[in-house]
Amino acid sequence: MEAAAGGGCGSGPPLLSESEQQCYSELFARCAGAASGGPGPGHPETSRVASGAATAAAGPVADLFRASQLPAETLHQITELCGAKRVGYFGPTQFYVALKLIAAVQSGLPVRIESIKCELPLPRFMMSKNDGEMRFGNPAELHGSKVQIPYLTTEKNSFKRTDDEEKQQETQSPTMSPFASPPSSPPHYQRVPLSHGYSKLRSSTEQMHPVPYEGRQPLVQPEGPSSGGPGTKPLRHQASLIRSFSVERELQDNSSSYPDEPWRITEEQREYYVNQFRSLQPDPSSFISGSVAKNFFTKSKLSIPELSYIWELSDADCDGALTLPEFCAAFHLIVARKNGYPLPEGLPPTLQPEYLQAAFPKPKWDCALFDSYSESMPTNQQARDLNRMETSVKDMADFPVPTQDVTGDDKQALKSTLNEAVPKDVPEDPATPKDSNNLKARPRSRSYSSTSIEEAMKRGEDPPTPPPRPQKSHSRASSLDLNKVFQPSVPATKSGLLPPPPALPPRPCPSQSEQVSEAELPSQLNRAPSQAAESSPAKKDVPHSQPPSKPIRRKFRPENQSAESQEPSTTISGPASGASVKPHPTVQKQSSKQKKAIQTAIRKNKEANAVLARLNSELQQQLKEVHQERIALENQLEQLRPVTVL
Amino acid sequence: MAVCVAVIAKENYPLYIRSTPMENELKFHYMVHTSLDVVDEKISAMGKALVDQRELYLGLLYPTEDYKVYGYVTNSKVKFVMVVDSSNTALRDNEIRSMFRKLHNSYTDVMCNPFYNPGDRIQSRAFDNMVTSMMIQVC
Repeated sequence: MEAAAGGGCGSGPPLLSESEQQCYSELFARCAGAASGGPGPGHPETSRVASGAATAAAGPVADLFRASQLPAETLHQITELCGAKRVGYFGPTQFYVALKLIAAVQSGLPVRIESIKCELPLPRFMMSKNDGEMRFGNPAELHGSKVQIPYLTTEKNSFKRTDDEEKQQETQSPTMSPFASPPSSPPHYQRVPLSHGYSKLRSSTEQMHPVPYEGRQPLVQPEGPSSGGPGTKPLRHQASLIRSFSVERELQDNSSSYPDEPWRITEEQREYYVNQFRSLQPDPSSFISGSVAKNFFTKSKLSIPELSYIWELSDADCDGALTLPEFCAAFHLIVARKNGYPLPEGLPPTLQPEYLQAAFPKPKWDCALFDSYSESMPTNQQARDLNRMETSVKDMADFPVPTQDVTGDDKQALKSTLNEAVPKDVPEDPATPKDSNNLKARPRSRSYSSTSIEEAMKRGEDPPTPPPRPQKSHSRASSLDLNKVFQPSVPATKSGLLPPPPALPPRPCPSQSEQVSEAELPSQLNRAPSQAAESSPAKKDVPHSQPPSKPIRRKFRPENQSAESQEPSTTISGPASGASVKPHPTVQKQSSKQKKAIQTAIRKNKEANAVLARLNSELQQQLKEVHQERIALENQLEQLRPVTVL
Repeated sequence: MAVCVAVIAKENYPLYIRSTPMENELKFHYMVHTSLDVVDEKISAMGKALVDQRELYLGLLYPTEDYKVYGYVTNSKVKFVMVVDSSNTALRDNEIRSMFRKLHNSYTDVMCNPFYNPGDRIQSRAFDNMVTSMMIQVC
């Protein structure tokens, strides 16, 4: 056979080792058997009958080659080289040579006849849906043994590292499902058993939960999210694995076309990593802390030293936290490792954070995810001379789309920044509505050195408010000094128009206060001409679309604010409302509608108020913690200083 | 330069110890072990004052005829011990200090790794590389 193979190719005989011979002959038999419509189990492509029984039909062979996950042109080259094109069919010689070439290419060697002369591992074929193709793997696996020993014995040195982990990986492979959906980018070097198991699941008959899967169950059990009995587990796993496997296949199809570039992250992988990042840390510009990342990566079931090494590689700035590019790099390395790639000695250039940031500029996050905090964090960090953040900060400044969803982000960001200015600014931030955040972005982009959010906010006072601002009408009751607020704003309101609320913490609810003051005014003026007072504030309200309108505000105020200064206003509001309510039934229809609208607005405002108050307290807590950390670190720094001074 | 580098934990067990394999490594281990007493002595002597005032770099712990042993202790009582060849007279104190500083920075980086449990042996490749660079630097 070897001689014939050699003769067919016109080059030296490719020597086949024992296992190779076994494997290849098996594969050939499958292809040939399938071609002749033989007893291949459930093989759909049984129709192609090639000329002669000793040939493998193009159909199954093509499928097999595709299953090797090599790019199409490589396969063309291989078929040319092996002589099939020349002779027009896949005889045994051509087939074996082709298989050897596939193995060579999968090992990263060029597509040359010479490649097959050296010792090669067996070619890997990604299993597809067919039962028949399933059997293309190591025949030993058919019997449900999980062991890849025949493969192992022929592997090159580069895979020796993985040999040790082989058993672990074997057991780890089915546990990909707990790890969200399994990450996979590089080609499945050794994942024939993995895919084997998956394909079995996919072909999905109950009887396909065979020995291998049951053998894996005890291992899967501790990690699997589903903890049902063995009967239920396979089903759930099957579903999740199938789902995840389809993801895997997609990823592989796309990424495995570059077998020599396992360290390149493709778009799909990138998106997947980013989604995972978001699940851990809603703010894509902030960090994942070490402990969070540790828990997450531990789910991948790699050994701790390996994870430690991956962390070392990916955390370029050694700060104990992962930014998005670092996280992607780490994830990618884990994926690669799980797929059998040995870990590199150093971080590959395609995984460097700078490269990743440049190659994949920050996509347009959902607006809701981005927060002014993250914007402020980076600038403050820069002030602290953390150069690492520079690139990400610059990206950040282009996103003036803030939200008020701050809590989770802040904890992460705060812990990692420890900036003096930041903690002070932090509790005040939730009070600031969106436009001030917008404004903050602009001054920030002007001057990165600005470390004070207050500065930025003061600069950003001028622009008018965006229309729907229910939160703005919320007052920080405790911090609102109505007396102070009323007096300066009273003259302004005499014009009859609401001035644009600056939305600063010192005056957290200028609109409200002004509305209040305005309400005061009309109420004071309004003993007799109540209707006029009502309708005019109402009119004013409508164009400004501030949800709480004047008349209701008089009643609303007592609920909304707890300051003592409100008492005079409430007393005023009492007679005022009484006066206003008396005369005009025609107005009442109007006002009832308004009332409803106002009441809904009231409810919304209350909720927002409660949320903000909670936020405030949380952030105060964080502020304290961060202060303490900062003090501790400063102490350490001081202690280190004497040593550094030479 | 450095013939042997050791990182000793607070409880006086080694987290990392490596020597140039030219000679019997056991000898270096023994030297490091004996130097721990000297380190403790220095710490306690300085420890009368406030911790803030305590220098991290301890300087020459003790000389033998072939080697000199230098010590450095961090604020968390992790000790770095370095054994250098006495024949290397060009080695100044400043250089030793800078080497310890590098060691300390690398150690901090190891600590930052969330997968590292304090008290484990240090198995970081980056740390190894740094120590190797120190050991073969100026020969």
